[in-house]
Amino acid sequence: MIPTRSTSSIIGSFCGHCGELYPKETFDGGSAPPSNVLQTGDGQVAAAPHQECAARLQLEPPRYCGQCGRRLKVQVSPHAWTATCSRHGTTAS
Amino acid sequence: MTTISRTTEYPILETARQQVLEGGIGLAEAQLLEVLRLPDPAVPAALELAHQVRLKHCGEDVEVEGIISIKTGGCPEDCHFCSQSGLFDSPVRGVWLDIPELVKAAKETAVTGATEFCIVAAVRGPDIKLMNQIKFAIDRINEEVDINIACSLGMLTRRQVDQLASWGVHRYNHNLETARSYFPQVVTTHSYEERLETCAMVKDAGMELCCGALIGMGESLEQRAELAAQLAALEPHEVPLNFLNPRPGTPLENQELMDGKDALRAIAAFRLAMPRTVLRYAGGRELTLGDLGTREGLLGGINAVIVGNYLTTLGRPAAADLNLLVDLNMPIKELQKTL
Ligand code: SF4
Ligand SMILES: [Zn+2]
Ligand SMILES: [Zn+2]
Repeated sequence: MIPTRSTSSIIGSFCGHCGELYPKETFDGGSAPPSNVLQTGDGQVAAAPHQECAARLQLEPPRYCGQCGRRLKVQVSPHAWTATCSRHGTTAS
Repeated sequence: MTTISRTTEYPILETARQQVLEGGIGLAEAQLLEVLRLPDPAVPAALELAHQVRLKHCGEDVEVEGIISIKTGGCPEDCHFCSQSGLFDSPVRGVWLDIPELVKAAKETAVTGATEFCIVAAVRGPDIKLMNQIKFAIDRINEEVDINIACSLGMLTRRQVDQLASWGVHRYNHNLETARSYFPQVVTTHSYEERLETCAMVKDAGMELCCGALIGMGESLEQRAELAAQLAALEPHEVPLNFLNPRPGTPLENQELMDGKDALRAIAAFRLAMPRTVLRYAGGRELTLGDLGTREGLLGGINAVIVGNYLTTLGRPAAADLNLLVDLNMPIKELQKTL
């Protein structure tokens, strides 16, 4: 079977594209990711300052861990990607 | 309206129809500049002519390829567009792919009908460790997958060129990227001449040369025409055409995206410069041209695609491109093992 498009959908308190902490009002402190933040795989938009980042994440894998903001080790293959944080493990497309 | 009546409205297209379509001789630099300067209403006619040229001189087949990075990031070179240079503050981290993953990717690529699988490394040129990895990878892929293997490993020595050829690498990618006159503004750690040397050695050794372009980096139209002419002079088997996708942290991160119409003019111009070359849609098309652009390009001179993801960014889903080929009634080129 030919795989379909893989998009980035890591969620958390840090933006997967630019690595910045999301503004406080969109994030409750860490227990649960805010519903309006970076659910790009579901077609929702990110918090305002990171809408462009969310759009970018349709066409590229995340580069920063959503939970801690560390840079991820990312491997892209023709039909998939994996992104690994040294603390929080691997997310795959 | 037919191609013939439409091209007569624009003298350069009428010239191209006779010279390139009928005669099989690519346009020269000054002529290419005229194509790149055509007004917007002329773009459909230019694309239509480029498509006729492609059908007549290359056929209706489309060559499908998958690419993968065996070594990502940490490159010592300073190509200003590249997120894999270790000299910029790019978020791309250095990482090696293991051989089982590489073989798996080759298998998945073959399932799409692709005939080409290109292994890429972010290096100035390969060292012994990388060459050994490549040899091992080629052997494993050849054992398990029926696909042509291409490589892109930077600048090569003569010995490395001969080794790759003897291992069965049938095509080698080494891009010119931009015009000679613009190159020093984009790369300072190696010269245009060094790139040309590797290209020449690849051809001498009997491998097919894949030599591409990256446009939209701030070069002028004159320089775009210069690049197309310089590529044509090399007579590469394949030209992958990339459009700049400005990468965070690189010197070109704030470069504006190329205008879609300019991208289409460039596609037509590159086809009219190189009537018989495999002209491949490569990186950046999704951003610059969107989904519609893929169709326009395939009906405007493009006769090859990279399916799926690129090296560090994601592409259109493979199925979208493959379905489009079915819609357009364009068969996928079949595998002909050259070695
Ligand atoms: S040589 Fe290749 S990998 Fe290295 S910086 Fe230039 S384009 Fe990037
Ligand atoms: Zn962001
Ligand atoms: Zn983390």
